[in-house]
Amino acid sequence: MHLDHTHDTTPAALGADARRPDGARRALRIGLGGPVGSGKTATVAALCRALREELSLAVVTNDIYTCEDAEFLLREAVLPPERITAVETGACPHTAIRDDISANLEAVEDLEDEVGPLDLILVESGGDNLTATFSKGLVDAQIFVIDVAGGDDIPRKGGPGVTTADLLVVNKTDLAPYVGSDLDRMAADAKAQRAELPVVFQSLRTGSGVQDVAAWVRAQLAAWTA
Amino acid sequence: MSRAALLMLADGRFPAGGHAHSGGAEAAVKAGRITGAADLEEFCRGRLHTAGLVAASLAAAAVLRVPVRELDAAADARTPSPALRVAARKLGRQLMRAARAAWPSQELDAVAREFPKGAHQPVVLGVVARAAGLGASDAAHCAVYESVSGAAGAVVRLLSLDPFDASGVLARLAPEVDRVADLAVEAGRGAVVEGVGALPAASAPLLEIGAEVHAGWGVRLFAS
Ligand SMILES: Nc1nc2c(ncn2[C@@H]2O[C@H](COP(=O)(O)OP(=O)(O)O)[C@@H](O)[C@H]2O)c(=O)[nH]1
Ligand SMILES: [Mg+2]
Repeated sequence: MHLDHTHDTTPAALGADARRPDGARRALRIGLGGPVGSGKTATVAALCRALREELSLAVVTNDIYTCEDAEFLLREAVLPPERITAVETGACPHTAIRDDISANLEAVEDLEDEVGPLDLILVESGGDNLTATFSKGLVDAQIFVIDVAGGDDIPRKGGPGVTTADLLVVNKTDLAPYVGSDLDRMAADAKAQRAELPVVFQSLRTGSGVQDVAAWVRAQLAAWTA
Repeated sequence: MSRAALLMLADGRFPAGGHAHSGGAEAAVKAGRITGAADLEEFCRGRLHTAGLVAASLAAAAVLRVPVRELDAAADARTPSPALRVAARKLGRQLMRAARAAWPSQELDAVAREFPKGAHQPVVLGVVARAAGLGASDAAHCAVYESVSGAAGAVVRLLSLDPFDASGVLARLAPEVDRVADLAVEAGRGAVVEGVGALPAASAPLLEIGAEVHAGWGVRLFAS
């Protein structure tokens, strides 16, 4: 649908429009999805630490029944509190990021209104199953985070998150020796499912891969602002 | 009027934010006031004749062009709980967004501009119904039906209630839903002549109190 972006006729953005009502380009929105406990919040925290000096950032969390993710990010002080917002998802985290994105859209728009020009907003989904993906009406690109301890056959099984996410992060590689996960096999299976789409193996314990994820985000931002 | 537009607006899958709200059911379940289908039916009946009637009257009046600002103030006056006011405005904003995409109109844009953080949902519902080519009775039916269907859907999730039992509850309430919608249309017409003071102000104190308690919980599944 075409919307005109002039201030007097369009009171507020509807969805994915690249321009805000005042004509300025809105922030890039990147979604982070994946199963509960795979390391989405920890990846958000790592990204904030890696990028906050160079970019104006904010985060939206979608907890299933608490505000724990938002509280964790606040406790870790990865960003000032006014840059972190929690959305309540009504027992259905995938609905809030895919089928009915209105509450999340309001959260990202309010962040831009209230904390001023932003370069990047990270939207973390409440952990869900392997089929949960973000609507294109909400985010411009999505990262799917799985971990090596969830079973090294997850890349082989595929599913929308693993197969179509713009970036697949295989997290907790430090745990691979303890849980008997075969990283080479995971890499080969991911390659088979995703063809040319990128995959990063990451450990937030050792820090390996963190800079690769940050570099991917920088590249998305460069493409967005080009 | 387009019957299909009415179905769209009443569809629980219309992306207007309702899925995250329980209509007070989560607080009532926790307090032990809803434990199964029979309690759910009584709970919904209570909502119908209080919150449902008030919401539907506001919606009908909005279709009949009673000024939005006056209706919004009337809704505030009929919503003692600050948590419920916040929820109603959030839902109004969310409905406005979905409706502006579905039925683009200058009138919707004007209301969105006047209430950037949202007007009360039933008032927005009336304005949206008109933009969709619907009448006061349609808007009233949507509002009354929503006042019970949201709670029933939430209880299916909260208690793992048999979804067929929940549907049975809604079906049994259907004649009452129709009657309350008719009353609401009358009330909306009354407000055209006598002003918003004539709108019903039926209230359910436990719903208001429950909403305040619920808003204070650290752990909950629904936003209200
Ligand atoms: N060993 C290890 N633990 C991790 C790693 N990343 C996250 N964790 C831990 O995994 C748990 C779940 O992480 P969290 O980010 O909350 O997962 P989320 O549910 O996907 O947001 C936390 O205890 C993290 O500290 C990692 O790379 N290695
Ligand atoms: Mg998390």
